[in-house]
Amino acid sequence: MASRIYADRKIVIITTFLVIGFIYLIRLFYIQVIDRSYTLSANNNVLRYVTQFPARGLIYDRNGKLLVYNEAVYDLMVIPRQVKDGDTAEICRLLGRTAEGYHERMKKARDYSPMLASAFEKQISKETYGYIEEKLYRFRGFFVQPRTLRKYPMSIGAHLLGYIGEVTPVQVEKSDYYKQGDYIGISGIERAYEKELRGIKGLKIRMVDVFNRDVGSFENGRYDTSAVMGGDLYTGIDADLQQYGEKLMANKRGSIVAIDPATGEILCFLSSPGYDPNLLVGRVRGKNYGILNNDPIKPLLNRAIMGQYPPGSTFKMANDMVGLQMGVITKNTRYSCQGPGSSPIKCTHNHVSPLDVYMAIQQSCNPFHWQVFRAIMSDPNYENTKQRYDVWRKHLMSMGFGRLLNTDLAFELKGNLPPSEVFDKIYGTGSWNSMTIRSLSIGQGEILATPLQLVNYATLVANRGFFYPPHVVRSVGNEKNKTKYSSQKNISSINVEYIDVVRQGMMEVFEGDHGTARAFKLDSITMAGKTGTADNPHGKPHSNFIAFAPVDNPKIAICVIVENAGFGSTYAAPIATLMIEKYITRTVKRKDLEDQMINANLLNN
Amino acid sequence: MKEQKGIFRHIDRTLILLYLALVLIGWVNIYAAVYNDEHASIFDLSQSYGKQMLWIVTSLVLGLMVILTDAKFFNAFAYPIYGGTILLLVVVLFAGKEIAGSKSWFQVGGFALQPAEFAKFATTLALAHYLSALDFDNRKRKSQIIPLFILALPALLILLQNDTGSAIVYASLALVLYRQGMPGSILLLGVAVAILSIMALLFNPYIVIAVIGVLLLGFVFFIRRNMRNILTVAGIFVVASLFVQSVNYAFENVLELHQKTRINVLLGKQIDLKGAGYNVNQSKIAIGSGGFWGKGFLNGTQTKFNFVPEQSTDFIFCTVGEEWGFVGSTIVILLFLALIVRIILMAERQRSDFSRVYGYGVASILFFHFFVNIGMTIGLMPVIGIPLPFFSYGGSSLWAFTILLFIFIKQDSNRLQLV
Repeated sequence: MASRIYADRKIVIITTFLVIGFIYLIRLFYIQVIDRSYTLSANNNVLRYVTQFPARGLIYDRNGKLLVYNEAVYDLMVIPRQVKDGDTAEICRLLGRTAEGYHERMKKARDYSPMLASAFEKQISKETYGYIEEKLYRFRGFFVQPRTLRKYPMSIGAHLLGYIGEVTPVQVEKSDYYKQGDYIGISGIERAYEKELRGIKGLKIRMVDVFNRDVGSFENGRYDTSAVMGGDLYTGIDADLQQYGEKLMANKRGSIVAIDPATGEILCFLSSPGYDPNLLVGRVRGKNYGILNNDPIKPLLNRAIMGQYPPGSTFKMANDMVGLQMGVITKNTRYSCQGPGSSPIKCTHNHVSPLDVYMAIQQSCNPFHWQVFRAIMSDPNYENTKQRYDVWRKHLMSMGFGRLLNTDLAFELKGNLPPSEVFDKIYGTGSWNSMTIRSLSIGQGEILATPLQLVNYATLVANRGFFYPPHVVRSVGNEKNKTKYSSQKNISSINVEYIDVVRQGMMEVFEGDHGTARAFKLDSITMAGKTGTADNPHGKPHSNFIAFAPVDNPKIAICVIVENAGFGSTYAAPIATLMIEKYITRTVKRKDLEDQMINANLLNN
Repeated sequence: MKEQKGIFRHIDRTLILLYLALVLIGWVNIYAAVYNDEHASIFDLSQSYGKQMLWIVTSLVLGLMVILTDAKFFNAFAYPIYGGTILLLVVVLFAGKEIAGSKSWFQVGGFALQPAEFAKFATTLALAHYLSALDFDNRKRKSQIIPLFILALPALLILLQNDTGSAIVYASLALVLYRQGMPGSILLLGVAVAILSIMALLFNPYIVIAVIGVLLLGFVFFIRRNMRNILTVAGIFVVASLFVQSVNYAFENVLELHQKTRINVLLGKQIDLKGAGYNVNQSKIAIGSGGFWGKGFLNGTQTKFNFVPEQSTDFIFCTVGEEWGFVGSTIVILLFLALIVRIILMAERQRSDFSRVYGYGVASILFFHFFVNIGMTIGLMPVIGIPLPFFSYGGSSLWAFTILLFIFIKQDSNRLQLV
């Protein structure tokens, strides 16, 4: 048989078959065991990671009033591929859109992805949602996704609370938390407490089939996490006082900051002109931001921490305290004053002369304070003016001037209290003395302070030597979880006995026969304060006032600055006392004064 | 009755067991591939897996009928069976129903029958009959031409149906010719042609020709440089160059776009994850993501959520790879190799040339399907739509493969009787 000759060819054939089988096994081993990229691809095919967005924490005032809450809104989402053409007219009617608008949106959605959901109509109100909800099921491809928006029931505290907005690409890149489209606090305490407020995002892993249809949760949701709502913030803000302050400052440029001296909690924090915080929320945010940003009166500027003002006469007690502490004057030291004829600094008042520190504060005598400053800058214990200036500056910094107070408010500025090197540079080393920088003695010249620094300085005097960093939020999550500030007691370098001297002087500003604020004295509350009339290059002087009350047991320290409003006693002092009255007695009896302040329009000054 | 017992006693149990194992594993994997929560029963006749059960049962009946048929019947009626199938292949061109671009189906009631599947065993029978005939002499020109004609006729008819995959299957029967004495050089030539074709498609044809030239020039240094050898080498060079050029020409001008794309994707010249490459890519992802132990029964996400196309038919091996991992894939591959090698070993023990040639035909056809189908799912072969024998969903293919195999089992059980 001829074919028997070729019987050994079976070996060739079988070997070939086995070799090919073996090659397949090697290939399988490679793609199944060695190369893990296929597992990743399979997961990418089928798993969809759906972020669960937590609601941001709520924000309360010191009495439990809600300052910020979340309002449910709804995004109407669309999956273009699933939409039936016949539905167009009815959907337009439901949403009140034109056909062009509909097609434009649909094109945008389709450009993004025909298979994935994108927002068709963003932030539909609850009312509209209720209306369309019943009908929505009829339209394939449309569904509603709930979201939350910030809502401000009293429309107050815009600068204080700040606002939120979408994260920038840079923030996304730097962080492992934020993804494109997430919201983040941009200013105010929304920014400062972003980590606490934002909560924890949840993740749901869904599976989709080849048509991107949801086919259920992955492994019965074993790896799913739910979103955890952000922590609530309990602030020291007094919402009523804040609202009252904003009313008083209507149509004025300036700022009011009030602090509870015992704790450093901010009671009221406003910058005027302000704006309704509800303007910077949701769909209208972009448009309104543009309007506010271009407004020449700068409503977005946070004057309370970014406005750097010459403190003017409100600064005088600081200078006095340094003089007393350095021992260059005593509480009994008297200097003479020639009134408006004084040199090198004129006095704006006519009063007894010579006068002591109490009287000098009560009547805001410029020459007295110049003499104190000159005495400091001539202290024989130091070799030269530079050394004396450095000591003076160090004492002032212990009161919070020229440095950041490290509050919980973003974008705080530190004012200006230049180091001696600056004067060396301007005037030449050794070529400057008290005379050269004399304006500093009355809070003019180089020195600048923010309203926050000034109220902090009033707090220090009220507390007889210490302050806690001013802060808005006293606890996070629950009332007991105090913020770090309550343990950060700052003690000034001034002895209590010297502080008591200026305290007395400040009380006499109200109580004394010649006190610059005696017109605003209250029978029910003993107040201490100081007027300031700060010259500035922008027009009429700024009207400044710092105060605290009641003197025996201070509950409130306050700083009011009304830009270009003239004397401290014209606007700032009455506004400050109205605020004090409001805070302590909860009602204001001086209706005429109140009306006069509310109605004053100084925007054009 | 006694005689029947005798029939069953000589049946090769190993082959039957291998067959049953593959059919059942296939069924379970079809169930997993198209599993549907609402029809969770594997016996649900409205689903592919329920229908496959019907195909399996009827296949077993067909197998039994083949066993009960007289062994000599298949040899004696080889030509009529072949002729009948050829007739069906012609008729289907006119009366057939077009499914997925191929006009290769007869619609009978609710079922579709594919004559091309049955042509496989018919052609093998005819080939075996011719090669085992007493007047066959492989030195005669006529004896060399006619087998090729027997193979080419159904292949051409199937090509006309636009079912390239099934047509190429007939090339595998060249192995039978090789075993029967066709010179090995012809097979080598075939391999050389395949390699040259791939080179011509992969690279610039002029570069390929240049490389061939350099190689042949080098070769000349190692042989006796007489006129005859040099002329032979030069002749090889001219033929190879012409071949490379014509492959290139045929690729550019004869093939249709989707065929070109498939070839390009296979050769790695083109990455097209949405088009032709999609199937292969998703298939590789399915198998690759199975890992060592697999994702477990019914846990394959690639197949369950329809990322793999044709997952119960041509891409059924994906389900094995994804859900049973490397371990499961290895078992299936070893089962196939065991089946095929067993058939070859059994063919060699036949005393009748007809049975042996037929056995080799069965082995060649099964191996070719295995080679192309699994190679396709793991990205080593182009996407040629042919089923995985005994595994893929489908009545025609399961029936045809069962008959193909059982005719051989019957022949083998009869081997001890006088020829």
